[in-house]
Amino acid sequence: MPDKKTFDRDSISNTLFVSVGLSLVCSILVASAAVVLKPVQLKNAEEYRQRIILEVAGLMQADADIAELFATIQSDNVEIASGESVEIYLEKSDGAVKQIILPISGPGLWSTMRGYLAVAPDGNTVKGIRFYEHGETPGLGDQIDKEDWRALWVGKRIFDDSNSPRIEVVRGLALQDDSNPNAIHQIDGLSGATLTGNGVTKLVQHWMGPEGFGPYLETRQ
Amino acid sequence: MSEMRKIIIDPLVDNNPVTLQMLGICSALAVTTSLLPALLMCIALTSVAALSSAAISLIRNRIPNNIRIIVHMTIIASLVILTDQLLRAYAFETSKQLSVFVGLIITNCIVLGRAEAFAMKNSVGLSFLDGLGNGLGYSLVLIIVATLRELFGAGTLLGYPILELTQDGGWYEANGLMLLPPSAFFIIGLLIWVIRSWRKQQVEHADYQIHEVHRTDVY
Repeated sequence: MPDKKTFDRDSISNTLFVSVGLSLVCSILVASAAVVLKPVQLKNAEEYRQRIILEVAGLMQADADIAELFATIQSDNVEIASGESVEIYLEKSDGAVKQIILPISGPGLWSTMRGYLAVAPDGNTVKGIRFYEHGETPGLGDQIDKEDWRALWVGKRIFDDSNSPRIEVVRGLALQDDSNPNAIHQIDGLSGATLTGNGVTKLVQHWMGPEGFGPYLETRQ
Repeated sequence: MSEMRKIIIDPLVDNNPVTLQMLGICSALAVTTSLLPALLMCIALTSVAALSSAAISLIRNRIPNNIRIIVHMTIIASLVILTDQLLRAYAFETSKQLSVFVGLIITNCIVLGRAEAFAMKNSVGLSFLDGLGNGLGYSLVLIIVATLRELFGAGTLLGYPILELTQDGGWYEANGLMLLPPSAFFIIGLLIWVIRSWRKQQVEHADYQIHEVHRTDVY
């Protein structure tokens, strides 16, 4: 007769005991971590968003307190054509608006790109652009994060004389001389990232157009 | 004592989970474009591997055989979620770059492999050390790959400029290929070549021999 084990770990009662017990312990562990860490995570996410807004407005300084810098920024709501209310940000000093910071988003090559576009009070001149979330190809499409490319946007005009959005990312270099009448609306393309560039053009034109912030910016001009 | 030492040291070169067992390659390709996220990934994987091995070893005599893989996965998944939450709270910026890859530690073969192969049969202490050793073996490869990729792909290390780039008036033209996933394949491949030239016993025997057949041999 074989030795009878005093403990059979494959028995139904033990299987039930282990699975229920383990699930209970693990769920308590995971749930309490989520609850305890949530305030810190929310603070991080909020600080990150504020930093991006400060960066697009060109107000970010190294070693400065983000909350302090953000004091000059006020949020406002704009109703767009679909009836949706969208939160925008205004940089104000002495009551006068210095910059309008508009959220923009749309498809790139692989992902939905989300970011902000800062516009001068004339409602036409770009002051900065910055994407805070995208999944574009590392080394190619993700050059939209690069500072020197973002700098190309500063000073460009969004609208032409008939008030339709003309700003675009071209393929290759945008000639910046008299032979190119559209130079003021054009930004150099990124090599290897034509489709990401096209995505940026489309989403900026969409958000600056009649379905986006077009009507709002017109009131500013 | 020497056994403990062996458990930690062995997975670094002689039994490396990446270069010998070919496990964990996916994340090794994805998170090594720069050194900082790679380091964070190493810490995350090593702690999950060590703690899950210890936890599984602790209840190894109670785990019913027919649900043992589910039990392993539950423990590993809980630890991964915990790690992910901690990273999001205390290393927010870098954790954004790691995106899904922390979550994918759940399916990392190194962690599950050690749970099944080692932790089910050994004591808590040894299992912890085994998880730690294998995590460190993985980390060693990741750090080598990430250092090479960031240095030659961007001219920096941990974000500090090392090689001056031509675009900033320096002499080094950044190699964009280094930032793309294929370069990690090349580097890991070369690494395996180097290790196997040094440690000949790691060279695998051919599954079969190709003979040259001459017409005269055929009857």
